[in-house]
Amino acid sequence: MADQATFAEQATPFLDPLYAAALRMTRNPADAEDLVQETFIRAYRGFPSFQDGTNLRAWLYRILTNTFINSYRAKQRRPEQTELDDVEDLYLYKRLGGLEAASLGRSAEDELMDMFTETDVKDAIEALPEQFRIAVLLADVEGFSYKEIAEIMDIPIGTVMSRLHRGRKALQRSLHDFAVERGLVDRDPVVIEP
Amino acid sequence: MSEHDCDDAIAQLYSYLDGELDADVVARVEVHLRRCSPCLEAFDFEAELRKVIVSKCNEEVPGDLRLRIMQVLERLEEPSGPAA
Repeated sequence: MADQATFAEQATPFLDPLYAAALRMTRNPADAEDLVQETFIRAYRGFPSFQDGTNLRAWLYRILTNTFINSYRAKQRRPEQTELDDVEDLYLYKRLGGLEAASLGRSAEDELMDMFTETDVKDAIEALPEQFRIAVLLADVEGFSYKEIAEIMDIPIGTVMSRLHRGRKALQRSLHDFAVERGLVDRDPVVIEP
Repeated sequence: MSEHDCDDAIAQLYSYLDGELDADVVARVEVHLRRCSPCLEAFDFEAELRKVIVSKCNEEVPGDLRLRIMQVLERLEEPSGPAA
């Protein structure tokens, strides 16, 4: 059993990442602020039932995710798409993977770091339908394991994996679209087959 | 190198990067990657893309929200009833 008096001290280090996740979930700052505040109030109240020594970070994300799904989803201004087109595997690599070979001494990481702005990456995540968006966010940005994501989202591990698989491919296609719109890459480049 | 080995490695790519494979499968994938530079490039690309995504998603919580949350928590910590 956790002591409420220590809650603020233990939980506030997670404020920045929780706010970042809240922004990606709600897609607007005002709702993100409300969501984080609500999450902290619920977490404080529930803290006596938190088992000391278990994963506080995952516990807080679980409260954030539940609060978002139960209280904020209804307020979402954008219509929520629930399905995704099928996108081929390694979508981005097949289109951009040859870039580092073309520019000597630069890694793919350097190329991608320059090609995509923070806004591109955030917009690409926010464009994903909610169930895919939350899974990709928890895995790729927050680094949670499949098991942790399954617990946070209250879904089976197999569902986590299929949402990640499809969500990541759709994310790559959005990123590619941004690069094409900005004229950084051709729409129909030579496709690399690994 | 058979195409089957490449398909098998690519099928494990995300589970590998996610650290979700059993040790024997990790070993099998790594044996393949040492022999197959196209697959190694695809794995590196995906790993580097992941780093780029993480580094471009940071946010700092607004100062007034931080303050508001601290105040709310302090209020919740106060005993609800009047002192005896």
